[in-house]
Amino acid sequence: MTEVKDKVKLPLRLILLAFVAVLVQESAVSQISIFGVSADITPLVVMSVGLLCGSMTGAVFGFGTGLLIDLVLVQTLGVTSLLYIVIGYWAGRLRELRDPSHELVPLAAGAVAAAFAGLGMALIQFLLGVDAPVSLLLLQQIFVVVLVDTLLALPVHALVRRIIRPVLPEDPRRRRRRAYTTGGLSPLQQGAARRGLTSRTAR
Amino acid sequence: MHDKQVRRRRAVLILLVAVSLILLTAYFGETPTSPLHSVQRGVVEVLSPVEQGASTVLAPVRDGAGWISDTLHAKSQVKTLRAQVQNLTSQLAQAKGAQLQNGQLSHLVHLDNSIGVSAFHPVTAQVIVRDPTLWYQTVTVDKGSDDGVHLNDPVIADKGLVGEISEVSPTASVVSLITDHTVSVTARVTDVNADTGELVPAVGSPNQLLLQYLQPPNPSQIQNGPQAGQLVVTAGFRSGAGDSYYPANIPIGFVAQFKEDQLFNDGQIQVTPAADLRRFDVVQILTAPHPGLERAQVP
Repeated sequence: MTEVKDKVKLPLRLILLAFVAVLVQESAVSQISIFGVSADITPLVVMSVGLLCGSMTGAVFGFGTGLLIDLVLVQTLGVTSLLYIVIGYWAGRLRELRDPSHELVPLAAGAVAAAFAGLGMALIQFLLGVDAPVSLLLLQQIFVVVLVDTLLALPVHALVRRIIRPVLPEDPRRRRRRAYTTGGLSPLQQGAARRGLTSRTAR
Repeated sequence: MHDKQVRRRRAVLILLVAVSLILLTAYFGETPTSPLHSVQRGVVEVLSPVEQGASTVLAPVRDGAGWISDTLHAKSQVKTLRAQVQNLTSQLAQAKGAQLQNGQLSHLVHLDNSIGVSAFHPVTAQVIVRDPTLWYQTVTVDKGSDDGVHLNDPVIADKGLVGEISEVSPTASVVSLITDHTVSVTARVTDVNADTGELVPAVGSPNQLLLQYLQPPNPSQIQNGPQAGQLVVTAGFRSGAGDSYYPANIPIGFVAQFKEDQLFNDGQIQVTPAADLRRFDVVQILTAPHPGLERAQVP
């Protein structure tokens, strides 16, 4: 019974997170103008979930968040979902393949996610037949949005991590890495300790 | 075990992408009365009270950030606005004279009660959702068909026309802004020739409009044609079947700086919207945009 409860906790938190993120974005963040544009925190939230939970969860979360945005804003269904699936999946794969641990990784990933969302939306709109010349002003606006989103990437990632980390299953790779950095499981150190040798720093 | 996991991951990804593409294709080819649109309207109806609540709760945050942004923005606008005030003061003097004359003439043809906005049954509404992307240019307001709002009703904010109603549910409505690619307005420049054309968004330039199909002025009387800074207002009639009906003389924007070649060769000029389309919180929906369609007759 407790196991089932634990399994349900993560999806529940993710659903709630998607709902609140879309609500806050549309009701408050998008109504605040910074340098003439509005920040978009939703691709950052999807990126953070991908980085923390992996590719499959990231892709599903991206799809759900995108669909919710398209429904709430009465836009063409499927456009935002398509873009956010890629963001969530890509962030998840980044974690699975590289397992980046540097503190600034969410900043770079946020910039890439925001740029992909902005340019991807433009590309899909062109493909759908919106008669729009590519003007410098449009590219300039996308650039400013990416810049603002990059600045917000770290706090958004920290917030998302705070919300979902307590219900995340323990990753064996991270546990092993943590053990190495604290000196707990290193076979070299264990061997040295057995032979009665002290480390260079200790001498 | 690993292969199974990889296969599962790929299958989920392909499935999600396929569902998105199916939704996109189905929605794009549908009419506004079809099932997917109905589902969307239903979601808007269900979520609009929640959005309304969230909008109210988050108002202090929005106002605080807005105040900082407005202060910075205001400083950069002082010079332009001073020049505009000077220009408008001289225009106002001319307009006052014209208004007096117009009042007398209107009395003659019994049209005096159909000019003010109050004649169009305005309904005041609060913006509860704003689309952040550059592409759709829509906002959601907290008034719907229960308050008498209809599809295609004109929407004005403090300084002029901002858009039209494109979706209506009982408790909320979606407003497509005049910078949205689906909206076009028949507009008139307040110059001597009263040049009329079709105002469409310059989609690549999100904060600009394009007044098209203008008759190029006679080169010897170019001063009678459009000039930068002149007011652009609604013409009061439709030029195409796809246009909405807007009452006459609602301010839309000002003629931007343009090259004469653009007017003579393409018959188009750029217009800057009067209302700041990213900064309004309250709008008025004109729920009876054509209150008296009876023909005026000179006695």
